Amino acid sequence: MTSKPVLYSYYRSSCSYRVRIALNIKGIDYDYRPVNMLKDGGEQYTDGFSELNPMKQVPVLIDKGHTLTQSLPIIEYLEETREGPKLLPEDPLSRATVRQVAEIIAAGIQPIQNLKVIRKVVQLTGREDVKPEWGNHWIDEGFKALEVILISCSGMYCVGDSLSLADVCLVPQVYNALRYKVDMEKFPVIKRINEKLKKLKPFIDASPDRQPDCPKGV
Amino acid sequence: MSKNKPILYSYYRSSCSYRVRIALHIKEVQYEYRAVNMLKDGGEHYKEEYGELNPMKQLPLFIDHNGEPISQSLAIIEYIDETYRQPIKLLPEDTHQRAIVRQIAEVIGSGIQPIQNLKVLRHVVKITENPEMKDEWAKFWIEEGFVALEKILERHAGTYCVGNSLTIADCFLVPQVYNATRYSVDLDKYPRIQRLNNSLCEIQAFKEAHPSQQPDVPKEIK
Repeated sequence: MTSKPVLYSYYRSSCSYRVRIALNIKGIDYDYRPVNMLKDGGEQYTDGFSELNPMKQVPVLIDKGHTLTQSLPIIEYLEETREGPKLLPEDPLSRATVRQVAEIIAAGIQPIQNLKVIRKVVQLTGREDVKPEWGNHWIDEGFKALEVILISCSGMYCVGDSLSLADVCLVPQVYNALRYKVDMEKFPVIKRINEKLKKLKPFIDASPDRQPDCPKGV
Repeated sequence: MSKNKPILYSYYRSSCSYRVRIALHIKEVQYEYRAVNMLKDGGEHYKEEYGELNPMKQLPLFIDHNGEPISQSLAIIEYIDETYRQPIKLLPEDTHQRAIVRQIAEVIGSGIQPIQNLKVLRHVVKITENPEMKDEWAKFWIEEGFVALEKILERHAGTYCVGNSLTIADCFLVPQVYNATRYSVDLDKYPRIQRLNNSLCEIQAFKEAHPSQQPDVPKEIK
């Protein structure tokens, strides 16, 4: 029986990408179990996977017999149970600032441009072309707010000069933004921080194109 | 450093504001209520004045006793829990249980509510050109989320959402059930959610945080 944590992930799921980054920052070796979100209607909808996660979403982390879902609680759990670089500062106000930025992305932007929501919008409108519009709209709107917030709290990274949970959430969201052709020139602070983060090894190793289930040619 | 009463920018029926109100009442924190009317004049949260305080143009916004602003209900509640340790803590000691509490909060706070948020509803009505889509859309996503939440609670609930102590998860559940009721979701389909909600609504802190008890509740709803 393996004692390594197991991560159910899809290469380009931004929520899975966040957890991959955090695992890498903490130096945690893990087993990667791909869940193809498109094949056969989506493997996340199989009975086996739904049993693991009734929300039928990735990521899921299995650690020491515990099944954990939702990317931010997973990362907070890793923060509390593992040694390694900290992703949350010590003082409550700075912690709140980090969590605020993480939540703007994880609750304020990503859920609205999530695959299941986009599929529903396409179904209701009968228009495939609404997909890029919808994704672009919500990310662009969220980034307008995030840019202003980062102007006041960022330093080298999203919150001051220490790497944090906020940075872990930022890079995957910019990845999504680029997929939906958001004009990143409008968001110079987000762009600057993203470019800096993307050079760091934990972020490089977590990127979608480095994952075992990334299709060839992508 | 001067210490002032914290301030909460809130709308009576914003479920995200309601979550924070519950936490503040559980912790018995005296705070100043500043009403932001989300419907009047297109929405006071879109005015420049409020946008300067919270660029996301959403509620709630918490200003702590040192005048520092914090947005996003879960970030606010974790801050409140870390800063005001009495009378109870809203997260268990055990790391796995803490993850479950946060999981439930996130299932609601990022898995359900953002998709049925007012701004999304307005946009859906606009692109489908169908005003009835507002209620259908909200009901659909709440029901979908509740099917999953019911299963999660089956595994972890005791007297409350997670075991037998009040936690952040309970602060999230009750406002989401309030939303569900507004969109005519049949709660009989979710017996655990219904039972938990009914018990929680009997608790004084939850009563005090209820939309009907807020200073900005319209007279006709009182």
